[in-house]
Amino acid sequence: MSSDAPRTRRLRSPYAALTAQGEPWLWLTGGALGWAVAMITGLLGLIVFQGARTFWPVPLDEIRLDDGTVLLGEVSARERVVTDADGGPRPTSRRLLRTENFEITGSHYRWCDDSAISAESRPLHAAAVERLEGGRFHGVPLRLRHGDEVVAEGAAAAWERFRAEHPAIVGRGAEIRRIDRVERGRLQRQLRSARLATTRARLAAGADSPAAVAAAAAEQDLAARVAVAERELDRRTDDLRRPSAGWVLDCSTSDGREVALPLDRIVRAWQPNRLSWWGKLGVYAGRWGEFLGEEPREANSAGGVFPAIWGTVALTLIMALVVAPLGVLAALYLREYADRGPLTAAVRIAINNLAGVPSIVYGAFGLGFFCYVLGGSIDEVLFQPALVADGQPTFGTGGLLWASLTLALLTLPVVIVATEEALAAVPNSMREGSYACGAGKWQTIRRIVLPRALPGILTGLILAMARGAGEVAPLILVGVKKVALDLPIDGTFPFVHPEREFMHLAYLIYDVGFQSPNAQAARPLVFTITLLLVAIIAALNLTAIWLRSRLKRRYVAQQF
Amino acid sequence: MPTPSDSLPVAASLAPPALAARPADDRLAAVAAGRDVPSEVHRQVLDQAPVLEIDRFNLWYGAKQALHAITMPIPHARVTALVGPSGCGKSTLLRSVNRLNDLVQNVRTTGDMRLRGESIYDPRMDVIELRKRMGMVFQKPNPFPMSIYENVVYALRIDGENRRSVLDEVCETSLRGAALWDEVKDRLGESALGLSGGQQQRLCIARAIAAEPEVLLLDEPCSALDPIATGKVEDLIQELRGTYSVLIVTHNMQQASRTSDYTAFMYLGRLIEYGPTTDIFTKPILRETEAYVTGRFG
Ligand SMILES: Nc1ncnc2c1ncn2[C@@H]1O[C@H](COP(=O)(O)OP(=O)(O)OP(=O)(O)O)[C@@H](O)[C@H]1O
Ligand SMILES: [Mg+2]
Repeated sequence: MSSDAPRTRRLRSPYAALTAQGEPWLWLTGGALGWAVAMITGLLGLIVFQGARTFWPVPLDEIRLDDGTVLLGEVSARERVVTDADGGPRPTSRRLLRTENFEITGSHYRWCDDSAISAESRPLHAAAVERLEGGRFHGVPLRLRHGDEVVAEGAAAAWERFRAEHPAIVGRGAEIRRIDRVERGRLQRQLRSARLATTRARLAAGADSPAAVAAAAAEQDLAARVAVAERELDRRTDDLRRPSAGWVLDCSTSDGREVALPLDRIVRAWQPNRLSWWGKLGVYAGRWGEFLGEEPREANSAGGVFPAIWGTVALTLIMALVVAPLGVLAALYLREYADRGPLTAAVRIAINNLAGVPSIVYGAFGLGFFCYVLGGSIDEVLFQPALVADGQPTFGTGGLLWASLTLALLTLPVVIVATEEALAAVPNSMREGSYACGAGKWQTIRRIVLPRALPGILTGLILAMARGAGEVAPLILVGVKKVALDLPIDGTFPFVHPEREFMHLAYLIYDVGFQSPNAQAARPLVFTITLLLVAIIAALNLTAIWLRSRLKRRYVAQQF
Repeated sequence: MPTPSDSLPVAASLAPPALAARPADDRLAAVAAGRDVPSEVHRQVLDQAPVLEIDRFNLWYGAKQALHAITMPIPHARVTALVGPSGCGKSTLLRSVNRLNDLVQNVRTTGDMRLRGESIYDPRMDVIELRKRMGMVFQKPNPFPMSIYENVVYALRIDGENRRSVLDEVCETSLRGAALWDEVKDRLGESALGLSGGQQQRLCIARAIAAEPEVLLLDEPCSALDPIATGKVEDLIQELRGTYSVLIVTHNMQQASRTSDYTAFMYLGRLIEYGPTTDIFTKPILRETEAYVTGRFG
């Protein structure tokens, strides 16, 4: 101590220098983050790339094989494989051709060995045609006919004329579908409510009572009027159909067959080999528009997913609306009111464990409790006539409301845990300051604790919504359907129908990707649906994050 | 922060040997040894009309006793300073007056306090009403997560006062009183959490005086303030004397002598000496008090 000589501190362990700087930890932590980021971006990148390119028009290649077969289609994949031919194993490359014309070829795709190709070309006039039913068609237009009269001969002329005639036909087709869905639907609902009125009168006053007889008479009366109205609608749709009928586009397929395509069965057609970049963009936008705004066709493998978007958003929002107040109130009691005893600790542990229960169990619970017990009771009390008249439960089966409640239950632990954390992070000094001003417990919670904890609570809600929006398993039990075109909100009284079954994007992924007869054909669509689902969840989350950052600036600003 | 047991040897070693030999000097040692010693309360204090009477008040945090039989009257409309080394229980005593210690787990008390003759620790006492009659400024600034304006008028808001004119006026007079008005008058709508530490503390002072409490409890209100703001807060305390009864904790002896009428010296949870400020600082009964207030120990 007395020495003036400069002293250097001796290191007690050779590792001290290393751990002091934390060099290994830097690499370890950085590496972990790198892995996580790489995997997440990889997955997201795959979804975005595959999902976004589905609707981009790809050139149609005509390929002649050594055995004389001619194929026309989009090259959708290439790969190198080792084949075991007569000369022993050797590597070859091959390509996957999307040939379509399912009714002729019996498949949507075909692998072609590059070595077996004798010639390939890109026919200028080759067209891809999306049909209302039967899937896609690939071929070269020959002529456009109206009945037996040839209106335009030759690929170029026929195509030009087709483009001129087709939009009007599509417009009339949409009008026919609207009449069928909306106006016929309205008549059917009138009939149904008359039938329900009769049943109600019978249940209330007996089958032979004057009220029941009158109701039955009114029902018959209405049935007669509905029949007249139906005939009028038939006339209107026939009028709309007549000018469209007879228009046919004759095309030749790659194997030389001639196929007649009625124009009113064609949804969209394009000639990818002739399209300019802008033209391709037009087709791309049009197909996205159909995908986002239309109903599905052909067992969900074509058309749009509008009802599923609707169902997903509605389900997630209702779930959030239910789970947020419930979870926050429960967490408030647990953190602010309950005594810190073993019972509170046990409840807390139980809630944490609930987060680990498989979601299908929640589905089973939702089916058993919400649908059968709650819904069954509601049906008995309020919807007895419907139960008797159609033999169909109203609330006693899966539906949007029950699915939302099931998901709310599923995400409740997340919200409670996050809220509790947020409440615990509110400094005690703030609470004391409030009490010292003479505030009561609830005043302190409402004016000080909750505003301060709100950003943290929103974080929990974001997590809950992300988890809920991606669930499939419980939904299968409580009301999601492969096809459910009637939206839960529409123009029919009482306008909101929370009991209706619904479609959901996550279920659609499962259905299209794994339940459809030709999974390969549907694969591009699966990527697109996934992209859409991720985008919707991201949009919901961004809204919540934006809200949170606004609140944070207001309530938790830092001071230095 | 040193615990009392840590500070004991330091105190003993710092006490000059001449003092240590005298019998009166054994008091602090006796306290440290856990023996009861009587408090020296000057007669002038007892002559005053009290607003608050602390009567043989004991407080335990769990098994640890933090306050030992404190008996002291707080004179009405006067400023009373609490001084003593860190950890001696000044904040605890202050928090006991408005029963904030009720919120702490495992706190047990015996004895009583009376506000204008009313028992504070009576089970029938409405604690919320009691706290409304007092204002408190904490050792660490604790602004609420809301605007500056709402912070100041918080006590009025929870009483259901929503008339803009009343709130505006209270806000301005309170902020002026806390010497903060000029700095924040153009940003009353901004978050209070964006203020500096010293500004936050003055905001808390404004909040405490906004509801015109009978008793003002100040726990080291100036510890985070610069000399100018400290001077303004001391001016405010001078203005309040005569109408409000103020109980102020401070580590600054000059501040205690400048602002207070009476001073109490506490040590390890006990009241050692309590009397008029001039007497405590110039001719205390005990040498230990003199040693502490002149900075020779503690
Ligand atoms: N919540 C608590 N739980 C347990 N012990 C506590 C608690 N609060 C204070 N104490 C103890 O009570 C004693 C008195 O603390 P108090 O805060 O009243 O001291 P103080 O005089 O205000 O000190 P300072 O001048 O440093 O603010 C200390 O020994 C402290 O450790
Ligand atoms: Mg203190």
